[in-house]
Amino acid sequence: MKTDLNAPALAVFVFFFALVTVMGFLASRWHQPKSLESLDEWGLGGRRFGTWITWFLVGGDFYTAYTVIAVPALVYSVGAYGFFALPYTIIVYPFVFLVMPRLWQVAKDNGYVTAADVVHGRYGSRALEAAVAITGVVATMPYIALQLIGMAAAVKALGFQGEWPLVAAFSVLALYTYSSGLRAPALIAFVKDIMIYIVVITAVSFIPGKLGGYGAVFSAAEEAFKAKGSGGLLLQPNQYFAYASLALGSALAAFMYPHTLTGVFASGSATTIRRNAMLLPAYTVLLGLLALLGYMGHAAHLKLSSNNDVVPALFQTLFPDWFAGFAFAALAIGALVPAAVMSIGASNLFTRNFWKAYVNPSVTPKQEAGVAKITSLVVKFGALLVIVYLPTQFALDLQLLGGLWILQTLPALIFGLFTRWFTAPALLAGWAAGLFGGTYVTWTDGLKPLHLVSVGDFSATVYVGLLALIANIAVASAVNLFVRTRQHPRTA
Amino acid sequence: MKLLLALPFIGLLWVPFYNLRSPELFGFPFFYWYQFAWVPITAALTWLVYRTYPNED
Repeated sequence: MKTDLNAPALAVFVFFFALVTVMGFLASRWHQPKSLESLDEWGLGGRRFGTWITWFLVGGDFYTAYTVIAVPALVYSVGAYGFFALPYTIIVYPFVFLVMPRLWQVAKDNGYVTAADVVHGRYGSRALEAAVAITGVVATMPYIALQLIGMAAAVKALGFQGEWPLVAAFSVLALYTYSSGLRAPALIAFVKDIMIYIVVITAVSFIPGKLGGYGAVFSAAEEAFKAKGSGGLLLQPNQYFAYASLALGSALAAFMYPHTLTGVFASGSATTIRRNAMLLPAYTVLLGLLALLGYMGHAAHLKLSSNNDVVPALFQTLFPDWFAGFAFAALAIGALVPAAVMSIGASNLFTRNFWKAYVNPSVTPKQEAGVAKITSLVVKFGALLVIVYLPTQFALDLQLLGGLWILQTLPALIFGLFTRWFTAPALLAGWAAGLFGGTYVTWTDGLKPLHLVSVGDFSATVYVGLLALIANIAVASAVNLFVRTRQHPRTA
Repeated sequence: MKLLLALPFIGLLWVPFYNLRSPELFGFPFFYWYQFAWVPITAALTWLVYRTYPNED
């Protein structure tokens, strides 16, 4: 890749970055709240985002900058297997459609702000509440750090050396999130998503023409995989279970994260969420097309030092400078929206399920907003320190484990919406079994997401997160039978 | 009606069914365009189910 500073690209980049910064600060006046001094206003934007705002916000926050860099990078390096992101981001929506309106209703009726609030309200267990809250915060931290990796790829492609542009961009982000809360990423998401759509649609309609059409792109990728001796345009039979279980496990985990749930809770109605389950798949088309950029990287014969450079290098090689600058700005702004929502989601958890639960149970709404604002600063600088001082691989490994961890909160959060059978001790035991068991297996496998399962003659590699969820549900059911038998010896 | 929403799970998680090179469409192997096709199909199925709910806005 080129590494000298590129003036036209830089000018376009700086313009858009300045634009969203101004928007971020002005967002506090958007929809004119009487006061931002409550968690409902600061952390959930007043719970009245309509269909389109929710579409831009959840789209901007679920399809992160890291996704835009990492999915094409994975497809570039391994081929078809990297495409599991496509079935994942399709089947997630029927799940959202059936489950999230109920969750929203419970939160709305009781003034809940976080997943752990819902769990505490349903089961009255501080221990289960703490388990869900801590899992949420710990799983989110490396995710925020990954957004910085996405931003770093864009900044590096502009020709900057060193970490100061990242530090500067993140500090600005921290300040306007502090002052405007969820309204800032909601407003910036409009700009971010429109820019990303323009970039991807331009890329997938313009680049294949330069490379001889989609047929040629697929052939070039196939030859590259053959030459390399690994990867391919189709899956190997031993990858079927891995592919399907990664898609299913990721889909079930996706809306357990604090940042995606914040988007759900901030919606104005259950109908808003159902409409979004129909409309958000538009982003999935975008993601699938983006994934194909990995193959275009082969067709363009890019020489890369790191797979994560495939998208920036493709833009640099095939686009005019000013449009490359626009694309890098889209990537960098694409990192800001999820990073802001993630830090808000984590701050809401800290405020509601630690501060209010243990430090000051009589905290006023105004004090809650104050605690959350300070926490959002701490969370973001924590993520920044991780990226600047620790190896990147550390954040990647933690993010992998984070997906497994957050998936273990699903039974506690979701089952109670549909059945009154489960009890808190059982769900806590299931959570612990899934979380610690899954982490142990991942650790002993050398931090790989897939685990070889053999039963008799049958063997398959399966996503560990999904295995851990199965163990979680099995343990919760067994313990629940035991607990209920002891509580009601005659009726059980 | 809600059972319609099970179709994307079946169609996409049963991988051997679509792990094929041909038939190709616009240069895309079957594996790719089949999965892309499930995006509008899933949205349409969701719309059919959506219509059975009251509008709460």
